[in-house]
Amino acid sequence: MIDSDDFVRALQDIGIDFFTGVPDTILGGIIATLTEARLYVPAVREDEAVAMAAGAYLGGKIPAVLMQNSGLGNALNVLESLNLIYRIPCVLLVSWRGFEGKDAPEHLVMGHTMTQLLDTIKIPHRTLSAETVVDDLKWTATTFMEQRIPLALLLKKGIVKTVQP
Amino acid sequence: MIGPEEGVMQSRAQAMGALLELITDQPLIICNGFPSREAQKLRDRDANFYMIGSMGATAGIGLGLALSQPEKTVVVFDGDGNVLMSMGTLATIGAVKPKNLVHVVFDNEVYGTTGNQPTYSRLVNLDTVAKASGYVNVERVREREDIVYEFKDMLASEGPSFLLIKINEQIEDADRVAIEPAEMTRRFKATFDT
Repeated sequence: MIDSDDFVRALQDIGIDFFTGVPDTILGGIIATLTEARLYVPAVREDEAVAMAAGAYLGGKIPAVLMQNSGLGNALNVLESLNLIYRIPCVLLVSWRGFEGKDAPEHLVMGHTMTQLLDTIKIPHRTLSAETVVDDLKWTATTFMEQRIPLALLLKKGIVKTVQP
Repeated sequence: MIGPEEGVMQSRAQAMGALLELITDQPLIICNGFPSREAQKLRDRDANFYMIGSMGATAGIGLGLALSQPEKTVVVFDGDGNVLMSMGTLATIGAVKPKNLVHVVFDNEVYGTTGNQPTYSRLVNLDTVAKASGYVNVERVREREDIVYEFKDMLASEGPSFLLIKINEQIEDADRVAIEPAEMTRRFKATFDT
């Protein structure tokens, strides 16, 4: 398990300096750390968060958006008709609810199809793990700078320490 | 039937032209559809960011830009259909309260780009929603001298500000946005390099 303070520091180390999003339980620890450091601007919808991140990128920031994978559905049009065509990159930190079918019913379809969905719209993705976190973040930085499109880091339950019991 | 406001209403191009004359170095985000096409025709500049899709995202982009460029006053040209699609963003802006954001909404009460289907803004006062959401300055105008007066005032004041301009449905004959999207990102972003 990765400590949320360490993870946020690692994100800052690769240059990320603008954080927004919509909460999920899996992301609770990261959001708590970001909020405490006054680095996080809460959004009310995931498409709004992606739009804010796009504006921040235009203004010179390196943005990240935190969301539950159900929020990918909400964000799809902005990702396609803004980020992908305007070459506006963004680091998507997406919690993988419904992984291997072990979750509440509302998460099962997206949990099963998320990686196919990302492949279809050509958003590169990786699943974060404690063993490969350094390499995962190196890949994140390289993909962001070279391709200038959104990319997704997928976070399974238990990967980063959370605030929930 | 002619409504009581109709006699003195401006077209969007007339109202937009008046605002564009007052803009100096402010970065400007313009919503998708005819508003971007009209702005391109009236006064193209590197600091104009024309949206060609992602309806509803305009104010969110403006907010992110305002937070990342606190020394600049960011102007957003929005439409009633766009605002209604992401009305939650009014809450986010009202709560975050960026002092350097001027949110202009050209309200013609229709989806003009797709054939004048009515929007709900005839029944829902967007200025009232903005006020309730926490925008600091909120004005509703329709005549040219009021548009100019309030916009000048908002450019010089601490916001966030919301200028609702009631306009008629007339659309300017304007070509599609000519700049390729990735080039627009490059051009717009470069205006912040010093």
